[in-house]
Amino acid sequence: MATQHSRSAARIMMAPAVVLLLGWMLVPLTMTLYFSFKRYLPLRGGDLGWTGFDNYVRFVSSSAFWPAVQTTLLIVGGVLVITIALGILLAILLDQPMWGQGIVRILVIAPFFVMPTVSALVWKNMFMDPVNGLFAHLWRFFGAEPISWLSEASLPSIVMIVSWQWLPFATLILLTAIQSLDSEQLEAAEMDGASPLNRFWFIILPHLSRAVTIVLLIQTIFLLSIFAEIFVTTGGAFGTRTLTYLIYQRVLESQNVGLGSAGGVYAIILANIVAIFLMRIVGKNLDA
Amino acid sequence: MGQIQLNQVTKSFGDVQVIPPLDLTIEDGEFAVFVGPSGCGKSTLLRLIAGLEDFTTGHIEIDGKDATAVPPAKRGLAMVFQSYALYPHMTVRKNIAFPLRMAKMDQAEIDRRVENAASILNLSDYLDRRPGQLSGGQRQRVAIGRAIVREPAAFLFDEPLSNLDAALRVGMRMEISELHKKLATTMIYVTHDQVEAMTMADKIVVLRAGHIEQVGSPLELYRTPRNLFVAGFIGSPKMNFIEGAEAAKHDAHTIGVRPEHISVSAEGGEWKGVVGLSEHLGSDTFFHIHETGLAETITVRADGEVAFRSGDTVYLNPRADVIHRFDANGLRIG
Ligand SMILES: Nc1ncnc2c1ncn2[C@@H]1O[C@H](COP(=O)(O)OP(=O)(O)OP(=O)(O)O)[C@@H](O)[C@H]1O
Ligand SMILES: [Mg+2]
Repeated sequence: MATQHSRSAARIMMAPAVVLLLGWMLVPLTMTLYFSFKRYLPLRGGDLGWTGFDNYVRFVSSSAFWPAVQTTLLIVGGVLVITIALGILLAILLDQPMWGQGIVRILVIAPFFVMPTVSALVWKNMFMDPVNGLFAHLWRFFGAEPISWLSEASLPSIVMIVSWQWLPFATLILLTAIQSLDSEQLEAAEMDGASPLNRFWFIILPHLSRAVTIVLLIQTIFLLSIFAEIFVTTGGAFGTRTLTYLIYQRVLESQNVGLGSAGGVYAIILANIVAIFLMRIVGKNLDA
Repeated sequence: MGQIQLNQVTKSFGDVQVIPPLDLTIEDGEFAVFVGPSGCGKSTLLRLIAGLEDFTTGHIEIDGKDATAVPPAKRGLAMVFQSYALYPHMTVRKNIAFPLRMAKMDQAEIDRRVENAASILNLSDYLDRRPGQLSGGQRQRVAIGRAIVREPAAFLFDEPLSNLDAALRVGMRMEISELHKKLATTMIYVTHDQVEAMTMADKIVVLRAGHIEQVGSPLELYRTPRNLFVAGFIGSPKMNFIEGAEAAKHDAHTIGVRPEHISVSAEGGEWKGVVGLSEHLGSDTFFHIHETGLAETITVRADGEVAFRSGDTVYLNPRADVIHRFDANGLRIG
């Protein structure tokens, strides 16, 4: 797209998509902003007029706000750490030549195809159930008292479920990155006297940094808005209420659309802060 | 400090034997060049010596000690790869220092050696750049720098110049030769470029399908090729092979005459032919002569000023003292 002509042609051809996407984004965004300045209670009188920044003040001064932000960041951070660490390990394992490689790779990717609602329900009922769950049986087999996962260790349980869903994504991206590593570099390092651990640390890990950045960014964006996993497991109880879940409760359970919309605007701001922050840290990896 | 000896070495990938039993000794301080057509096993042989591939059978001795089971890092050899295999995320300084860091050498000694290598290779101005910001020739020198700081018993080069353009190649060829003189370390150099082999080597090893066809100094191979393969492989343009009655006159099945050993004239000579294609290099002209009744084409090297046109009838005179004779099995006679 070097010439003037081809550039303007490209613009015209991209225009419909851009306009559509803009509309798609702008309409809900404007409506959220609009409602966030209104006192709007659908079952208790409907639209009660403008309130200025009242909703914003009430949303943050609520006792549920800061814990929700903390929970959100804990879940996102926990899942990122687990998926990236295990993802790198799995990617290295899957890169080794082995029998049945194709099938193993498909199996590893499989969790990604399971809908979040379904996988959370499967985890809740088949693994984490304190009476009939597999974990409960395992604990009893070793003579231990079964844990009621979702009430006693609710946050770690949710981190575990979500990590299980996102691990394939991380693994897949990291695996393709590992496969693009020039094998002569590893051989050169081997001749230079680097032990397998040193080869991992000095050659493989730096090579993966770009892929890790991408995983980090994409996952953060999606993880900030996880909802189904919480909805079907704890319903926001036991300290698992994230910002998204709090907004949902304000809008649907308290029937306060204005307050929820203000929360939505905060969520947008939080997501952008996190995104800018991440871009800053890892940005230099992307342009190198 | 760098004698390498291969005893009855073989290498198979699955059922395919790439290297049949092979014996080879490379003396300390020697510059040995492996040449051969593509796929003949040059890289494989080098990787076997480096320890990057396992022997199927046989063993290797380095300085008289069996090194067959010794891992690559402990063999004391340094390798320069065709793709250079520099570490892209490290600066030139870190690249060169990497083997020393792995050896847990102290920082002052590392700095001293890196500076020293950089000055030998004219890299001092580039130490803080990354490989991506260097030209091909500079990358090549970094790869060599990474090899020399370790002060290895021998250097292994796998076609190190094949990614460079012609002018740079000539320059690097001389730099490597000079480096060899300066360091006096054993070097094994793989190439398929004749000129590199002839100009750099103390000893050329000609390989075909994993077999050693001949080992010798460049001039030995040029003057007394042991068989038709070596005769055809060494020398450019290729030696002319003539069979039949003309060869029988010399009591041989095949005779070979190099293009530079035939003179061409318009007046008269031993053989007669018609000029086909001529290649003008400026300094030399190569004529392809047809209809001689000896072989399909006879190539002749003449002075750049000699001008014949396509279709001219010319006479050829081979120099009698440099006619190579081969028997029916392709082996040299006399
Ligand atoms: N890992 C491998 N598995 C199977 N066959 C291999 C392997 N590596 C090399 N070969 C085969 O061994 C033979 C020799 O390969 P090698 O790379 O040593 O050739 P080479 O002489 O270096 O050729 P070139 O000049 O093209 O680099 C080739 O026929 C190649 O197909
Ligand atoms: Mg090769």
